[in-house]
Amino acid sequence: MEAFELLLQGFVTLMTVQKLSLMVVGLILGVFVGVLPGLGGPNGVAILLPLTFSMDPTSAIVMLSCLYWGALFGGAITSILFNIPGEAWSVATTFDGYPMAQKGQAAQALTAAFTSSFIGSLVAVILITFLAPRIADFALRFGPPEFFAVYLLTFCSFVGLGREEKHKIVISMTLGLLLTGIGMDTVSGQLRMTFGFTDLLRGVNFLVAVIGLFGISEILVTMEESLALRGHAAHINPKVVWETWKTFPRYWGTIMRSAFIGCWLGITPGGAIAASFMGYNLAKRFARDKDTFGTGRIDGVLAPETAAHAAGTAALLPMLALGIPGSGTAAILLGGLLVWGLNPGPLLFVEHKAFVWGTIASMYLGNIVGLVLVLSTVPLFAAVLRVPFAAIAPMIVVSCAIGAYAIQNAMFDIWLMLGFGVLGYVFKKLDYPLAPLTLALVLGSRTEDAFRLSMIGAGGDLRVFWSNGLVGTITTLALVLLFWPVIGSLFERAGKLLRPVGKAT
Amino acid sequence: MSQQNSLPAPEDDRPIAKSRSVDVVVLLLLLALACLLGWDSTRVGNAWADDGPQAGYFPFYLSVLMGATCIFGLTRLLVASGATADGFITRHQFIRVIQVFVPTLAFVIATEFLGLYVASFLLVAGFMWWIGRMALWKSVLTSFLFAAAMFLTFEIAFNVIMPKGPLEAAFGF
Repeated sequence: MEAFELLLQGFVTLMTVQKLSLMVVGLILGVFVGVLPGLGGPNGVAILLPLTFSMDPTSAIVMLSCLYWGALFGGAITSILFNIPGEAWSVATTFDGYPMAQKGQAAQALTAAFTSSFIGSLVAVILITFLAPRIADFALRFGPPEFFAVYLLTFCSFVGLGREEKHKIVISMTLGLLLTGIGMDTVSGQLRMTFGFTDLLRGVNFLVAVIGLFGISEILVTMEESLALRGHAAHINPKVVWETWKTFPRYWGTIMRSAFIGCWLGITPGGAIAASFMGYNLAKRFARDKDTFGTGRIDGVLAPETAAHAAGTAALLPMLALGIPGSGTAAILLGGLLVWGLNPGPLLFVEHKAFVWGTIASMYLGNIVGLVLVLSTVPLFAAVLRVPFAAIAPMIVVSCAIGAYAIQNAMFDIWLMLGFGVLGYVFKKLDYPLAPLTLALVLGSRTEDAFRLSMIGAGGDLRVFWSNGLVGTITTLALVLLFWPVIGSLFERAGKLLRPVGKAT
Repeated sequence: MSQQNSLPAPEDDRPIAKSRSVDVVVLLLLLALACLLGWDSTRVGNAWADDGPQAGYFPFYLSVLMGATCIFGLTRLLVASGATADGFITRHQFIRVIQVFVPTLAFVIATEFLGLYVASFLLVAGFMWWIGRMALWKSVLTSFLFAAAMFLTFEIAFNVIMPKGPLEAAFGF
């Protein structure tokens, strides 16, 4: 019941005209950003982050998280009406969403997508509400070695479980880690890799890198492909919404399954994409008539949307609790927390209760307001996509530049952003994954600090990472995940040997 | 999006660079970067002191790891010759990428001298008129409204300071 009281306090914090209007502004900007080609969730949040620098942290996070919900909703609009996934996790939504739009059921598909996103997020927020106080207790057991072990686990899981070629993942990750090393070393105060350039003293800010890697490079890619947008019109009216909602109870199994998968995968890093595909595939496997999937089934929209949004929301839990972002956008929000002078991590729950519970309350409220807002304004946002790209592209470039400059008031950062734009474009074309690079840029220096602090504490003894059950388990798990491809294939071979010969299929 | 289809007329699908060649160049550049950063970290000190690693320890071994991975990638590309001969970019695509990259570069340079708002006015107007082939009055009007909206949002409403040039100075900002 402690959670309930704290949550109520969070709602009280939110109930001011200023915060509620910021919420609506955030949602509208978010949908806008999610709909525009070349701007996805992480990017839009990164560009608009400077708007929040002069706000107090709670207002800032309310606005930014609403931007995030807005962008998630916006991604569904482009997937269904234009067959263009706004984010990687909307890909699965296009499988059945676009065919539905082709059959003239765009309004039903959109209603289904928005409502199931809402349900997915709601389940995840309820989970966060009840897990958060426990995390606060757990928090006090975390010291530098534990933090290092958790960061190590994140990196190792990327290498071990990533689908791209391993050497490309490693290159991308080491490049990111090296870039975070530039500038003043926080432990010894020495200058590293600056080569006498004063602009490099500040180091490479990861928000600048993200704006370049995703914003500028996305413009280059979009321009190259010269997408011809042919969208379907959608008019949502209350009757359609009600008719669609009435069919929902039939699919409650699918929705709950997807929500569960989403929550689970969202807490483990990088899970939202996997969650949407898994949600879709499981819905397909459990369906009686599997062949009709992909031809425009409503549960083909419900399943991936519920899972993706449950994952997207659940991703905020490890971000707040451990300082580990579960998704690209969560990584940006993490950057925001640092700018506002809050240190994400277990102690946040103890020291900044009002902030944490304000955030959680805003997740509830933001999703409800968002659902109403998108249902009523879809035609307006769909019209945005008909604006010529030649007008939108330069405006996105300008927004990126403003975002990059505002972070540290440095002209050099605009140049850096441009450089990262080219890097991101080339990496995308050559199938080098950008996620490990971003993750390394966010966590790099914190990982090194955690490692060196634990070394100072333990007098340079590496056994500190196995010094108690908690840290030992995490470290071992990290190493297992790192070598998972090897271990997995060993298991498979062993399984083949053990399996009865006759039954092999 | 109809504007965009009327860009360079004939579709030219010949690739002007192979993915493999670009990959080799990228890996060589990263290898060079790894050597440079590794060398600098040695200068800072890459040993393991009594209380743990020195400042250059992590950068040094990360450089080694990155360099080694680059060499691995290079050998794979050179051994498996011809297997991945797909194009990196066609001539037609390259022109379009340049069409957006060069104005962006010009915009950044202009920001240095004219300030961000004037530069963004020039970028949006120029891009719409020249690349998008839209009517001049439409381009200029849109772009003016955009730059003004940005100025009001950031400079006035949210108090976020942007680089400014002579024009803003003339108005007392």
